[in-house]
Amino acid sequence: MSAAMHLPILPVVLPLFAGIALLALRNAPLALQRGLSLAATLALIPLAFALIGTAADGTHLVYQLGDWMAPYGIVLVVDRLAAWMLLTTALLAIFALLYALNGIDREGRHFHVLFQLQLFGLNGAFLTGDLFNLFVFFEILLLASYGLLLHGGGRLRVKAGLHYVVINLVGSTLFLFAVGTLYGVTGTLNMADLAVKIAAAPAENAALLQSAALLLFGVFALKAALLPLYLWLPAAYAHTSAPVAALFAIMTKVGAYSILRVYSLLAGEAGGPLANLLDAWLVPLALATLALGTLGALASSGLRQQVAYLMVASIGTLLLAFGLGNAGALAAGLYYLPHTTFAAAALFLLADQIAQARGALADRFESGPEMPRASVLGGLFFLAAMAMSGMPPLSGFLGKFMLLKGALDEPSLAWVWGVVLATGLAGVIALARSGSLLFYRTRSAHGDASLVVPGAGMLAPTAALMLLIVVITVWAGPFSAYAGDTAAQLLQPRLYIDAVLGGQR
Amino acid sequence: MEALIAIVIGVLTAGGVFLALRGQTFPVVLGLTLLSYAVNLFLFVMGRLAIGLPPVISENAQGYTDPLPQALVLTAIVISFGMTAFVIVLSLKARAELGNDHVDGLQSEEDRGS
Repeated sequence: MSAAMHLPILPVVLPLFAGIALLALRNAPLALQRGLSLAATLALIPLAFALIGTAADGTHLVYQLGDWMAPYGIVLVVDRLAAWMLLTTALLAIFALLYALNGIDREGRHFHVLFQLQLFGLNGAFLTGDLFNLFVFFEILLLASYGLLLHGGGRLRVKAGLHYVVINLVGSTLFLFAVGTLYGVTGTLNMADLAVKIAAAPAENAALLQSAALLLFGVFALKAALLPLYLWLPAAYAHTSAPVAALFAIMTKVGAYSILRVYSLLAGEAGGPLANLLDAWLVPLALATLALGTLGALASSGLRQQVAYLMVASIGTLLLAFGLGNAGALAAGLYYLPHTTFAAAALFLLADQIAQARGALADRFESGPEMPRASVLGGLFFLAAMAMSGMPPLSGFLGKFMLLKGALDEPSLAWVWGVVLATGLAGVIALARSGSLLFYRTRSAHGDASLVVPGAGMLAPTAALMLLIVVITVWAGPFSAYAGDTAAQLLQPRLYIDAVLGGQR
Repeated sequence: MEALIAIVIGVLTAGGVFLALRGQTFPVVLGLTLLSYAVNLFLFVMGRLAIGLPPVISENAQGYTDPLPQALVLTAIVISFGMTAFVIVLSLKARAELGNDHVDGLQSEEDRGS
């Protein structure tokens, strides 16, 4: 066994061990804890690149835990999609962590432990090929996210946190009901094996399988914050600390990823009882999410709330792409995913700096004092707003353009074009209004000592996230080619199934 | 037997949903606990009900009961136990910070408008 064979497990165990070590070192000097956390997070980036390197040619890297043969043991599967998600997570995490080092990690205990365990749960959820294991990783990332969400405390944070925890606990219960039903009918939980068993299921089990699959969809929709299950998101994200909100930009994508992964396999190409199950739901719900998220952004009373609503809207766009389900739309969604993750994270970080630079007014939309370093903040805000609303020339525009192009042959063409274009315009209006209010309608702030000057330690991670978006834009060719290859791979679930089950059926 | 178990799961779930929709945190926590009991039982019987059968291979066994749901339910119990502990602590913290045990915490005067 060579070391390279163990590559797929490393993104899972590295944050786990780092988290445990940080827990043991909780009384060690802060610099040591920060260094360890930073090193462990940084190491995820070359790992993700290595996995992209192995997955790029279309191979499925299957890792059998404990060398138990699938479908009896748990497998980790690296394909193009998983590697793509890992890279997005790693890049996002490092900048969220760098921002947290400005002092937010000192506001409460165990920030770095929870941060690493969050990454452990995220990476595990992206890699696992087993439905129950997916549940376990969901719980890990949720439990870590509860801790991170409440990090620093405060009344509003506790209130939003309570809602978030309770609704996710109900979601976990539903997840278990769905998993139990699937196991009761098919006798397996390995996703590849499930795909085979479901395709071959007798007709009398079709209703049971469909109800389980729809229950599962409900759970993933809750995690992804799809209408009507998005109500927890704006409050939770607007009231937590900035680096946590930035890291959580990937959390909703876990739900979207799970929908894509599970339904690309279970509904499958074979046309079993679950074929086209989501067609009636996903596109209309995604369109409604997109519309209502944008309306929420227009009606928001503060910048963080507005960004949270824009994130709901971006989830609508993403799931719209996944719901359309043809190769072009899927590629558009996959290209759009890292873009919207980085853009939302950058905006959350910016909103925090703007709130601090405005003193007591925080991020509320009222005309306030002139911010220190307003030109730098304003420049970054302008860029991030362009990215988030999908204006040219940045990658949000390219992603939406690919999506519109992918919808050309769909029957829902008029709805997709209408809603995406109208919400794009409304998003621009919302952000332009808040930008002009925050940066132009100001009064002079001479001698106001309560305004915090945003330091380089805060500006640099924000700028770096924007730089990532520029990179995605400039090298759009290779990125969209990879996204296209990923979509093609997802549309052939047989490849995944054969790789996991070793060709046996 | 199947009918009895099904009724028990149904009653637990219905009670859990009812309690989880209440306005105070304590009934909500109780409701979540009932829901987790229901789902644990549900997972357990997904391996089908069997009496007096071994879960592991033995030479003179007439049949087997499915051991996997038992392992799953063990995991689910541990997770729901941890989650319940967490949500109780969080509810107590919310009670302390918000000054009341309403899930929205909006009944005190100072909270209005914030």
